[in-house]
Amino acid sequence: MHIVIIGNGISGITAACHIRKLSDYRITVISGESEYFFSRPALMYIYMGHMTFEHAKPYEDWFWDKNRIERIHGWVDQVDFAAKQVILYDGRKIGYDRLILATGSQPNKFGWPGQDLDGVHGLYSLQDLEALERHSPHIEHAVIVGGGLIGVELAEMLHSRHIPFTFLVRESSFWNIVLPPEESAMVTRHIRAHGVDLRLESELKEIWGDQQGRCKMVVTSEGEKIRCQYVGLTAGVSPNVDFLRFSALDIEKGILVDDYLQTNIPDVYAIGDCAQLRQPQPGRRPIEAVWYTGRMMGQVVAQTICGKPTPYNPGIWFNSAKFFDIEYQVYGTVLPNPPEHHASLYWEHPDGQRSVRIVYDRRTDSVLGFNLMGIRYRHEVCERWLCDGTPIEEVLQDLSLANFDPEFYPQYEGAIVAQYNQQAGKQLKLRKRRRLDLVLDFLKR
Amino acid sequence: MMRKPVFVKTIQFVGIGLFVFALALFSWSLTASKFVLNEEALKAAIGNEQHWAHVAVHIAPMQGQTYPNSFAFIAALDAALRRAQEDIRKQVTDELGLTPSDGAYWNAILQDYQLKAVRFPVAKASAMGLLPDRSWLFFALSIGLGVLSAFLYLLPQKRDLPGIWHNGLWHHSLTSRGWLGMALGAWLIAFYALLYFYPEHLVNWVIMVDPISEALSGHPASQWFLYGLLYTLAILVMGVRMLIKYRHNRYQIIRTVSVMFFQTAFAFLIPEILVRLNKPYFDFKNIWPLDYDFFFEIDELIANGTLGIFMLGWGIALAVVGVPVFTYFFGKRWYCSWVCGCGGLAETMGDPFRQLSSKKLRAWRIERWLIHGVLVFAVVMTAMVLYTYFTGESRVLGLDSYQVRKWYGLYIGSWFAGVIGTGFYPLMGNRVWCRFGCPLAAYLGLVQRFRSRFRITTNGGQCISCGNCSTYCEMGIDVRWYAQRGQDIVRASCVGCGVCAAVCPRGVLRLEQASADVSKRASELRVLRMVPGKQVEMLA
Ligand SMILES: Cc1cc2nc3c(=O)[nH]c(=O)nc-3n(C[C@H](O)[C@H](O)[C@H](O)COP(=O)(O)OP(=O)(O)OC[C@H]3O[C@@H](n4cnc5c(N)ncnc54)[C@H](O)[C@@H]3O)c2cc1C
Ligand code: SF4
Ligand code: SF4
Repeated sequence: MHIVIIGNGISGITAACHIRKLSDYRITVISGESEYFFSRPALMYIYMGHMTFEHAKPYEDWFWDKNRIERIHGWVDQVDFAAKQVILYDGRKIGYDRLILATGSQPNKFGWPGQDLDGVHGLYSLQDLEALERHSPHIEHAVIVGGGLIGVELAEMLHSRHIPFTFLVRESSFWNIVLPPEESAMVTRHIRAHGVDLRLESELKEIWGDQQGRCKMVVTSEGEKIRCQYVGLTAGVSPNVDFLRFSALDIEKGILVDDYLQTNIPDVYAIGDCAQLRQPQPGRRPIEAVWYTGRMMGQVVAQTICGKPTPYNPGIWFNSAKFFDIEYQVYGTVLPNPPEHHASLYWEHPDGQRSVRIVYDRRTDSVLGFNLMGIRYRHEVCERWLCDGTPIEEVLQDLSLANFDPEFYPQYEGAIVAQYNQQAGKQLKLRKRRRLDLVLDFLKR
Repeated sequence: MMRKPVFVKTIQFVGIGLFVFALALFSWSLTASKFVLNEEALKAAIGNEQHWAHVAVHIAPMQGQTYPNSFAFIAALDAALRRAQEDIRKQVTDELGLTPSDGAYWNAILQDYQLKAVRFPVAKASAMGLLPDRSWLFFALSIGLGVLSAFLYLLPQKRDLPGIWHNGLWHHSLTSRGWLGMALGAWLIAFYALLYFYPEHLVNWVIMVDPISEALSGHPASQWFLYGLLYTLAILVMGVRMLIKYRHNRYQIIRTVSVMFFQTAFAFLIPEILVRLNKPYFDFKNIWPLDYDFFFEIDELIANGTLGIFMLGWGIALAVVGVPVFTYFFGKRWYCSWVCGCGGLAETMGDPFRQLSSKKLRAWRIERWLIHGVLVFAVVMTAMVLYTYFTGESRVLGLDSYQVRKWYGLYIGSWFAGVIGTGFYPLMGNRVWCRFGCPLAAYLGLVQRFRSRFRITTNGGQCISCGNCSTYCEMGIDVRWYAQRGQDIVRASCVGCGVCAAVCPRGVLRLEQASADVSKRASELRVLRMVPGKQVEMLA
C-alpha cells in the first residue's frame, strides 16, 4: 500500500508520522516549498533573528529516513484521480493507493489593482519570507494590509528591523471581529505603544508601480497615498486548491470532506487548512485554518487509513497567539458580539496589559469560554470545566487550578473573584491553591 | 516608528566605545611593565640555601638587566634556573652519590614543579615601570571603566518595552558564531590558558588588584584573587543586564539576584574574610564533586579546630544530604541556576550565547557519556585520595593517587571547566561545562531524573512547534520534542533556568513540582486534544 501525501505542513506530516506508527505502508510526502517539514508559525522568528531555519525544523533530517517517510521536493501540477496518479511539474508521475491532500492555504488577494507587482507579497510560505528578506535592505517604508494574526506578526517583524511601516486595518479596533471590545482595545493600545502607525478603518484601494513593475505607492480607501517599497498582504488566507479545481474533486472554498475527512473521490482524503467540512460540529466553522486542527486531522486520518475509522471531532475550541508582547489564549466560545444569554466576567489589570474574561450562560450558569491576555491558563483544566458545563461560581472558587503563569508571578484569581462578588453581591472565596498536585487530582476525578 | 531619542542612543554608543577602549587597554596592559629581577623575591621563592647558592651563580648575568616584557623576562629566568637545576642535579648525583631511586634524591634536587612555582611571585615582584607605578590608574581605566561603560550601555535598555529581546541574535556576529564571537572566544581561551598554566604573564593585572585584596584579606593578590574579582564583576554587571532584560519575569529576577548574591557573598567575600581572620579559605556553597579538591586538605581543616571541623561536616552534609533532599523537592535548579558560581556566570555573562548549544540527538549522546564519565572519574579519584589519607599508602591499584588527582585537576579542573567551559561560550553556548563535564551536575541530574518532584509541564495542545524553547535551552534539550506531543519534560540535564518557559510565545511550558504521579512523570503522555479521549502513540 502506497500512501501519497501532498503537503508537508503540520497536517500532512502528522498524518505521515501516525500512519508510520500504525502501519508499514509506504509513505511519500510531496511538497514544493521545502524538502523538510518546518514550523510555519516560526517564520517570523527566523526573520527577527531569534532562530535560524534549522531551528524551525521540529525533527532532525535523519528522522525521515529512519522512519521510512519518503520525501519529494517538487510542485504537483495535477492529480489524475482516475489513474490514481500524482503528476509533478517536472513530469514525474507518482502512483498512489491512498492520497491525502494537505496543501494548506494561500494569502487572500481581493483583486486589488497592482496586487501582483514586485514587492507585493503575502506572508505565508518560505518563499514569501525569502522575498521579504530580499526586499528588506531597500525598504524605506512598508505598508501592511490587513489586521489579523499574520498582520500583527508582520508588524512585529518589520518593527524588529526598525523598518518604518503603515499598518492598514479595516476594522475600527484591532481584530474586533474575533476579540471582544476590551481585549481588542488593549491590543490596539499595545501595538501603538510600540510606535506603530496603525490606521484603523482604513483599507487598501490600489497599489501603483514604477516602470520596472515594482510597487512604489499605496492608495488607501480614504485616498491617502503612501510611498512604499514593500506591501504585505495579510488580509486572511483561503484554501490552496486552485490546481485541483476543474477536476472530479468536490471543492467549494476548500476541498469538501465528510466526518472521516474523506473527499467525494474514494481513497482521497483532505486535511488541514485546505479541507472544508461538510458538517462541522455545532459552533465550529467548516474551515479552521489553524495549526491545531491541522494536527488533529492528521491524526484522525491516519487512524482511518490504517483501518480504525475515526470521525473527526476537534473537541473544545482553543487557540493562542501573541500580539507583540501580549500573549493571548482562548478556550471555548468567546464572541465579539455575544448573544443575550452570554454573560461575561471581565477583569483587567490596572496596567491595561493583562486580562481574564470568563463567559458563562446566564440561564444555566455554565461556563462557555475563557479569554486570556497576558496571563496563561491551563488548557486541560479549562477544557474540563467547559466539557462539564461547570457553573461559573464553582469555576471561580477553583480558579487557581487554571493558573499556568511562571512561579512567583502575581496571581490575580483573588481579584477576579472579588470582582465577581462585587458584581453579583456574593461572598465567594478561592478554595484551592495553585498546585500541580491539586490539578492532577482534579483532572483524574 | 518609535525610535529611541538620540541622546539615549548616543549614551549607549559611547558606552560601547568606552568598553572597547577599556578592554583593549586591559589586554594591552599586560605588556605595560618592564622587568628587573628582584633577587630578594627569587631567594624567598627558592627557599633553600643550597639551591640558592647554585641559582645565584646562574642568575648573575640577569642582574641590572631590564626586560621589556614578561615573556623575555621569564625566558631568561627559566634558562638560568634550568642551568642551576642541572648543576644541582650533578652535585647531588656526583658528590652525594644519590640516584632517583633514593627518596633523598628528590628532596635534594630542584624539581620542575618548584621551578614553575617560582615564576609567578618572582615576576610579580620584578615588574616595574609604567603600570606598577600607577596601577590604580590602569585599574580605573580598564576594569573600572569597563564596568562603568557596560552600565552606560545597559541601563538605557530600561527604556525599551519589556518583552523577549532576542531580535537579531542570529544576525549579529557576536551571538551567532561570527567573527566577533570567534574573537571573544579566542580572548577567553587565551585568558584561561594564561590563568591556569602561565599566571606569570598576568602579573600586571594582579598588581592592579593588589590594593583590593589587601583591603579584604590583608594579603597581596594572587592570580586566583584576580580571577575571583573579574568573575564576580562579570556576574554582577551581566546580572544587572538580566534584571533589565527580564524585568517582566519575576522568576528570572529572583533567580538572578540569587546567583549574584551567592557569588558575591559566598564565593568572593566570605572566603577572603576568613583568610583575614586566619581561617581556611572556604566557599560554603561549593559542593563535592564539583569542589573536587574538598577532600585533599582534610588535615588542614581539622587543624583549624571547631570551624574547620564544621566546614568538613558542612561540605559532606551538603553532598550527601543536601543534594538529594533539595533536588527531590525542587529539581537540580536549586543549585545549578540559583546558587552555583559556574551556573551564575552561565546565566549572566553567558545569557547572550545560550542559543548556541547543540540540540542534536548526537550531542545528547556525547553528553551522557562525557558527563557520567567525569562523575566516575571524580568518584574514583576521590576514593583514591581518601584511601591514601586513611592508610598513608599512595599506590592504589597500581596507580599513584597523587598523580591521579593531578590529572583530574589538569584535565577536568583546568582544561574542561575553565578553558573549554568558559572559553567556548561564544562557540558552543554558555553551559558547555555544566552540560558535558560537571560531575556535580551529573549527580544532581541522576537525582532529578529518577527521584524528584520537579518537571516542566506542557499546556495541553497549545504548542505550535515553533522551536523557541529548544533554541534558547542552554542545556541543548530539545524541549519542543516533548512539548509538541504534550509530554512533561523530565531531563537529567535541565537546570531549571526557566528561559524556555519565558520565550515560548504560546505559554506552553511551566516549571513545577508535584508529588502526584511522580513515578510516571515522563512516561505518560498526558495527551492532548489530538484525538480527544484517545491515547495516541507517537513516533520516536
Ligand atoms: C505566518 C504564519 C503564522 C501562523 N501562526 C499560527 C499560530 O500561531 N497558531 C496557529 O494555530 N496557526 C498559525 N498559522 C496557521 C498555520 O500555520 C496553518 O494553519 C498550518 O500551517 C496549516 O497546515 P497545513 O498542513 O494544512 O498546510 P501548510 O502548512 O500550508 O502546508 C501545505 C504544504 O503543501 C505544499 N503544497 C501546496 N500545494 C502544493 C503543490 N501543488 N505541490 C507541492 N506542494 C504543495 C505547500 O507548499 C506547503 O508546504 C500561521 C500561519 C502563518 C502563515
Ligand atoms: S529545559 Fe528549559 S528550564 Fe530546563 S535548562 Fe532548558 S531552557 Fe532551562
Ligand atoms: S516555544 Fe512553546 S510553542 Fe514553541 S515549540 Fe516550544 S513549547 Fe512549543
